[in-house]
Amino acid sequence: MTATAPSLDAVIASVSRSKAVRARRRVVVISILAVLIMAVAAISLMIGNTVYSVTDVARVVLGQDVDGASFTVGRLRLPRMVLAIVVGLSFGIAGVTFQTMLRNPLASPDIIGISAGASAAAAFAIVVLGLSGTAVSVFAITAGLLVTLVIYVLSHQAGSAGTRLILIGIGIAAMLEAATQYVLSQAGQWELQAVLRWLTGSLNGASWEQTLPALIALLVLGPVLLSRRHDLDAMRLGEDAASALGVRIERTRLVVVIAAVGLIAFATAATGPIAFVAFLAGPIAARIVGPHGSLLVPAALVGALLVLSGDVVGQNVLNLRYPVGIVTGVLGAPYLVYLIIRTNRSGESL
Amino acid sequence: MTRAATENARGVVVGRRPARVRLLWFGIAVAVVALLAFASVVIGSRDVSIADVVAAIGGSVDNTSEAAVAKRLPRTVLALVVGLALGLAGAVMQGVTRNPLADPGILGVNMGASLAIVVGIAWFGLSTATGYLWVATVGAGVAAVFVYAIGSLGRGGATPLKLALAGAATSAALASFVTAISLPRGDISGTVRSWLIGGVGGAGWTSIGQMAPFLAVGVLVSLLSARRLNSLALGDELATGLGERVAVTRAVAALGAVLLCGAATAIAGPIAFVGLVVPHACRLLVGVDHRWLLPFSGVVGAGLVVASDVLGRIVARPGEVDVGIITAILGAPVFIAIVRRRKVSSL
Repeated sequence: MTATAPSLDAVIASVSRSKAVRARRRVVVISILAVLIMAVAAISLMIGNTVYSVTDVARVVLGQDVDGASFTVGRLRLPRMVLAIVVGLSFGIAGVTFQTMLRNPLASPDIIGISAGASAAAAFAIVVLGLSGTAVSVFAITAGLLVTLVIYVLSHQAGSAGTRLILIGIGIAAMLEAATQYVLSQAGQWELQAVLRWLTGSLNGASWEQTLPALIALLVLGPVLLSRRHDLDAMRLGEDAASALGVRIERTRLVVVIAAVGLIAFATAATGPIAFVAFLAGPIAARIVGPHGSLLVPAALVGALLVLSGDVVGQNVLNLRYPVGIVTGVLGAPYLVYLIIRTNRSGESL
Repeated sequence: MTRAATENARGVVVGRRPARVRLLWFGIAVAVVALLAFASVVIGSRDVSIADVVAAIGGSVDNTSEAAVAKRLPRTVLALVVGLALGLAGAVMQGVTRNPLADPGILGVNMGASLAIVVGIAWFGLSTATGYLWVATVGAGVAAVFVYAIGSLGRGGATPLKLALAGAATSAALASFVTAISLPRGDISGTVRSWLIGGVGGAGWTSIGQMAPFLAVGVLVSLLSARRLNSLALGDELATGLGERVAVTRAVAALGAVLLCGAATAIAGPIAFVGLVVPHACRLLVGVDHRWLLPFSGVVGAGLVVASDVLGRIVARPGEVDVGIITAILGAPVFIAIVRRRKVSSL
């Protein structure tokens, strides 16, 4: 008997062994991502119009006065680097939250119209009302929440299906983009440049005042999302299974949606909608970490890495300076198409 | 007699409509479009009298009012032909893909034309209307084939959901290339942006004339494939059984639609949702027979674009809102309504 069927102890041992392997993989991946982020962050502080040595940069970061470097690194590059990391983390974690909750990689905020709502509101605030700074952020955040509410209400009938929500989101996004286009057509030359930069997603002119609200939002809302990660994982199995596992679906969804939209909106308000970061971070993280366990932390790190390295590339590689949103857009677009091809081919229903 | 026939028609929701009812609707539609076209000539930031309109149509530009009418005439004609092209193209696409969400905007065909034109403007000094037409048509064709190919991979072929997602993804992808190309080029970003919004404001007789052959071929090909599209509607197996060469029919009809959208997009910019909304409305009125549906969609499409243009001039007086914006704001809710009404399994 014991020869044909493995004993219970052996099964438990093998399960816990594979669990340990997975856990180790997660730790390794997360550490590598963190190291990469730090490396790119250091590079982003060092290179630019003037190249500074590691020691100069380190002294500036530690608060010492270095001729020239104090201004360039301390005032220009440091806030830019911090902002890149903060918005990258926010986009990554919020994007993967939506994708996990709706069980669809296409359900990221930049596809279902939430970013489009924030953009339209910000364009309106800048061009028509002549606002800037925090006031624009307030508009963007309110609009992001409103659009989410509208999409949710419209798709919520007889068990809101993810696919319907995505299609409705696409429709809403089309409408909001038309509104943005109208606002743009009314803009003067100066405002137009401001709005276009903003709409592409750019870290240009990053300052501490811009970074602070996004950072606070991340510190408050990030932990909220992390505390719900087990519920979110259960929801990947489907709503029935999740509620059988003791997840309160409606409440979890409400908390998670508000937190994720808040993150998206604050980050969008700071830098504009950086194309495809929220969408890409989740699938990339899933590929590296493997299908088990929560994706929130790896996706957040991938998001930060994408924004940081996109900005370094946009600033330094070509002789023209491109905003980060263009770099992520051009890299992300083919991946989006590839993802659709792969999903269709494997015959999964999206 | 008529009444009984109408009730009969109502009983069968998607059945045949009696010829008399269809003819009646067709007549009404043509009359409404004529009325809208007249309104488009009369309404604007400057009021004109009937006498001025008549004089201007006769070619006179003696006073300001007559000159205003002379400016509005080509604009109205352009709105009519663009609307006709987009309405007809939408109906053909929905027939070819057997997909209720098919629309040149949603399937990424407009964006394909846009990217091709932006590339042409940025790197090849594209500036003539004929150049725009060829480039846009090629771009639209490539995008259409690409989206259809992606959407029909895997099990179940080109379902509405897969096609719509493939189209939306391709659109997003192409749009980010458009931004990447045009944003750093201050010299062309103005041209690109005003073209991308989609409008009929800058219309002239010459560009309409250059667009005419493309449209004529497109209309002809589309209308001639109407009977074949009816067989396709029965499903591929049945159509093949009836002796239809399904692939050829699809390719020919799609070519007609691509010519129509490419030409319309080249001259007026990407105008979304006309091709989606119009065939749905028309199906309610004249039924699903493509021999009626296609011409009717063309007429109603012309009406919709002219009406949107007039509306755009009224709501923002004395300025104006471009047609592409009005149609998106009117059309998106219809798209959402269609998505909401259908069962998920059929999406």
